[in-house]
Amino acid sequence: MKLAVASGKGGTGKTTIAVNLARVLAEEGPVQFIDCDVEEPNAHFFLKPSLDTEREVSILVPVIDRVLCNGCGECVKACAFNAIAVLGHKALVFAEICHGCGGCARVCPTKAITEQPNRLGVVSTGPAGNIFFVEGRIDVGTPLSVPVTKGARREIKEQDGIVILDAPPGTTCPVVAAVAGCDYVLLVTEPTPFGLNDLKLAVELVRELDIPHGVVINRADIGDQGVEEFCRREGISIHLRIPFERQFAETIAHGGLLVDAFPAWRPKFQALWHKIQEEVTV
Amino acid sequence: MKVVVTAQTNSLDSEIDPRFGRCQYLIFVDTETDSWVAVPNPALAEPGGAGIAVSQFVADEKADALITGNIGPNAARGLAAQGIKVYVGSHGTVKEALAALKAGQLTPASGPTVKRRSGM
Repeated sequence: MKLAVASGKGGTGKTTIAVNLARVLAEEGPVQFIDCDVEEPNAHFFLKPSLDTEREVSILVPVIDRVLCNGCGECVKACAFNAIAVLGHKALVFAEICHGCGGCARVCPTKAITEQPNRLGVVSTGPAGNIFFVEGRIDVGTPLSVPVTKGARREIKEQDGIVILDAPPGTTCPVVAAVAGCDYVLLVTEPTPFGLNDLKLAVELVRELDIPHGVVINRADIGDQGVEEFCRREGISIHLRIPFERQFAETIAHGGLLVDAFPAWRPKFQALWHKIQEEVTV
Repeated sequence: MKVVVTAQTNSLDSEIDPRFGRCQYLIFVDTETDSWVAVPNPALAEPGGAGIAVSQFVADEKADALITGNIGPNAARGLAAQGIKVYVGSHGTVKEALAALKAGQLTPASGPTVKRRSGM
């Protein structure tokens, strides 16, 4: 069972939901936690893993042999990302926007293109109690995060029980990389016009991918009724509502877990899991 | 000399478009004959690398010089490799910029003036 926690809007509480759910589920069986928010992974603050293994993530980018290159421009036509151009009569590579598809090297008629690894980030793994913890982290200044997310997902041990993937915010490629192929997506939002707007975009995305989904409303007692009305109209289940409490914010700010600091929330996260399971098996 | 100017509409009276990769129109001017042609930016809707794609386009059109508002790092590198002179900081109309170029009032840029994706 792979569960992705996503949001659309940033700062709604994806990681809060993901880490608390992981903690209560890990008491009953093996859980793998994959922090796919590779631009700013932060689940480690809460689950406190001992990251003992590190793997680099690279893609292959083209290198031009300026003697062999005759400036024909076939590579330019093959590139979908404008990462290569013929300027000054020779192919010129813009490695930082290259997606590493290898198309240019394949079409080059003079074999002037070889490929070399370009590092994008690292994937770290290790135990966090009885949770197997994986974190992707892109290098500062790197605009391409999808290969790092995919690298983190490659660490998933397919046979082992529950996998929770903490997705990045937004609705673009990095989010798709985190949620594609999951059995369920939990969308965390807040009851504000911004939360609603981005929830709608996120719902469009998971519908396009045809993944069952439900909603958690964080800071549920602020804002307006827009999110509630939208979910009712669209037939989307709201599985959990978390109120806006100063003591919750303080706990989170100290890297604490709600289910540890407030034991009354343990059954609520357990119930959240049961509701998700019911929707997956239907 | 063939000069290309980034423009907001397709005439010499157009305001200069301050963006390069995401400009609306490219106006190619032959400074010997004053003949000109306006072309919609072929890379306007590219998801990324627009500055590189437009650099390729103006290179293929054999432009010798570019007049625009700002230039990003990738376009600056590409245009330099091609040997295209880049005049930045221009404003007003295309016509005024061409007159300023002819009067020797423009100085070429030595590198990028904005960060990547600034024209988005």
